[in-house]
Amino acid sequence: MTINPNTWNPTTKQPLSVLKRYLHAACAATALLLATGSFARAADLNALIWCDHADPALLQPFEEANGVKVNVKEFEGTGAGMAIVEQSQPGDWDVMVIDSIDIPRGVEKGLFEPLPEDKLPLADLFPQVKLDNYTVVDGKRYGITEKFGYNTIGYNKTKVDPADMQSLAALTGDKYKGKIAIYDYYLPVIGMAALAIGKKTTELTEADLPAIKQELLSMKANAKLVGEVTASQTALATGEVDILVGGGEWVTAGLAKENPALDFSIPREGAVLWSQSLAMFKDSKNKDTALKFIQYIMSPEGQARLATSACYWGMPANTKAALSDEQKKILRFDEQPDFLARAQPYPAPDADLDKKMQDVWTEMLQAQ
Amino acid sequence: MNSATNSGRALPRAGSALPRAGRALPWALVTPALGWTLLFFVLPFVAMGFSSLTAHDGGGFTLANYSQFFTNQAYWQAMVNSLQVTAIVTVISVLLAYPFAWILAEQVPERWQRLALMLAVLPFWTSYVVRSYSWLLVLAQNGVINRALTGSGLFSEPLQLANTRLATVIGFVHFFVMLLTLTIFANLKQLSPSYRKAAADLGAGPVRTFLHVVLPLTLPGIMVGAFLTFVLCIGDYITPQILGGNNELLMPQLVMMQIGRRGDFPLASALSIILMAVVTIAYLACARWLKIERA
Repeated sequence: MTINPNTWNPTTKQPLSVLKRYLHAACAATALLLATGSFARAADLNALIWCDHADPALLQPFEEANGVKVNVKEFEGTGAGMAIVEQSQPGDWDVMVIDSIDIPRGVEKGLFEPLPEDKLPLADLFPQVKLDNYTVVDGKRYGITEKFGYNTIGYNKTKVDPADMQSLAALTGDKYKGKIAIYDYYLPVIGMAALAIGKKTTELTEADLPAIKQELLSMKANAKLVGEVTASQTALATGEVDILVGGGEWVTAGLAKENPALDFSIPREGAVLWSQSLAMFKDSKNKDTALKFIQYIMSPEGQARLATSACYWGMPANTKAALSDEQKKILRFDEQPDFLARAQPYPAPDADLDKKMQDVWTEMLQAQ
Repeated sequence: MNSATNSGRALPRAGSALPRAGRALPWALVTPALGWTLLFFVLPFVAMGFSSLTAHDGGGFTLANYSQFFTNQAYWQAMVNSLQVTAIVTVISVLLAYPFAWILAEQVPERWQRLALMLAVLPFWTSYVVRSYSWLLVLAQNGVINRALTGSGLFSEPLQLANTRLATVIGFVHFFVMLLTLTIFANLKQLSPSYRKAAADLGAGPVRTFLHVVLPLTLPGIMVGAFLTFVLCIGDYITPQILGGNNELLMPQLVMMQIGRRGDFPLASALSIILMAVVTIAYLACARWLKIERA
């Protein structure tokens, strides 16, 4: 019997050659994995999203129809989203969900690709939420509003007097002290504080901040907690609090079946209109698929699924969204013209005012 | 001589190889750990240091991020809050863990000690986040405690337990009592019974023996556990975020705010370095104290 010297024999002690063989095998396997990984990535769509877009009921139909995998990365707040983009390589991301008012920030940073208006259902959108002053920059459309709603007063109508919820003054009075939660996002709640002192959200300046801070501190004095989306939703749903400052249909609609006592009002002073848009990255390697994704989300079917997403409900921007009558009732679809007429847009501060607003918010959080 | 030379034929090879290997071996052993530390601690730390000295919107060298901390009351109040919560948690955890560890080490029969220890560390088996949310349910207005208090007629209205500093402290203490119990238990087990016998022989009663012999000798275990508690507690984001209800900010929450909302990595870096400086001071204080005890 002869032994082929090139054949590894476990009885021969040649650790170096054994190691080399293992290394070669490992390198080959790694190369194969990388290759298949990169092939897979080429067909994928990478989306920076808010949690409502992570719902499989929303993504699956698009994935199946187009034979692609949508890889999602969730974030909260434009600052966090921009931080992710800054730490990524150009081309890593294809589409992004962003506050409509922040689209100019992304354009200024050179992130976004103009969208073809003729391939989007712009004519079907509620006119008030197109927000062309933010979504169109230098005559080019960089974003399209996909979903909107109100930061206003969410409440449990069995625990509070709904008539009281028609005024923002109820948030700073003594009647509901200790029964209030504040949604922990500075822009909409600062907007509500501005409305409470009779200011327009689009005209805020640094000079308004002391009065806004005072209003926020009065709200905080009545508040049991200041919570993020989940915490504030849970607090209202479990009866920990009866009122959520900054709440709206995004809190109450999704919980309507489990807790029909939850409702929201648009007070006399108004409410803050939130709206989220979709934008495409300039460096996307899958611009065709990215556009298809945006078209799908903006389609009547996509809009209905997005509006009733598991994470949170919200009004679809497309008036033709394929919602059931029951879903429309929960979202108070038919009341939107009145709501929109009384709502004011998110405050859209420049970088300097934004920093000062965040400082005011930090001081409010820290106040005892 | 010859025999030494003959027998030394093999020895010179071994003799010359061993010192070389002996010199190289420690370096070979320490290199992976050293490389790891350099790559994943020193370099990021240096990068964080540089970042903390830059402005968020570009520009050159600046101390603005540090001055922001020292001049804005909301910022340094976060450090005060962190230190207060950490001190309270550390003291309560030590006070609860020591008797617990003592009972485990001295009163529980040896054959049951392993089971008792396993039961003691059982809370570690669940996710930290899940554990914090569980406490939220227990402490909530409609939670177990409030239902018991109002149901028994002790209180007519539910107490506000959740979303308070108290809730944060309870969440922390639940976790750190277990950690401290382990370190103190290990220390107690290492303590030779001879010390206590000698003290008794010299006429010391149980209390005096504990205060003058056992306690000083187990102090290193207490200090190690207390220091770990301090470090882990002051840097924790999850517990105050979930249980504190954002009714006050602690340092980790402030750091996260800069990253999550502003994308302001320079300010977050500066705050992290300040936090690290506090931890370093705590370490130096503990190390010096322990050294005195050992001497």
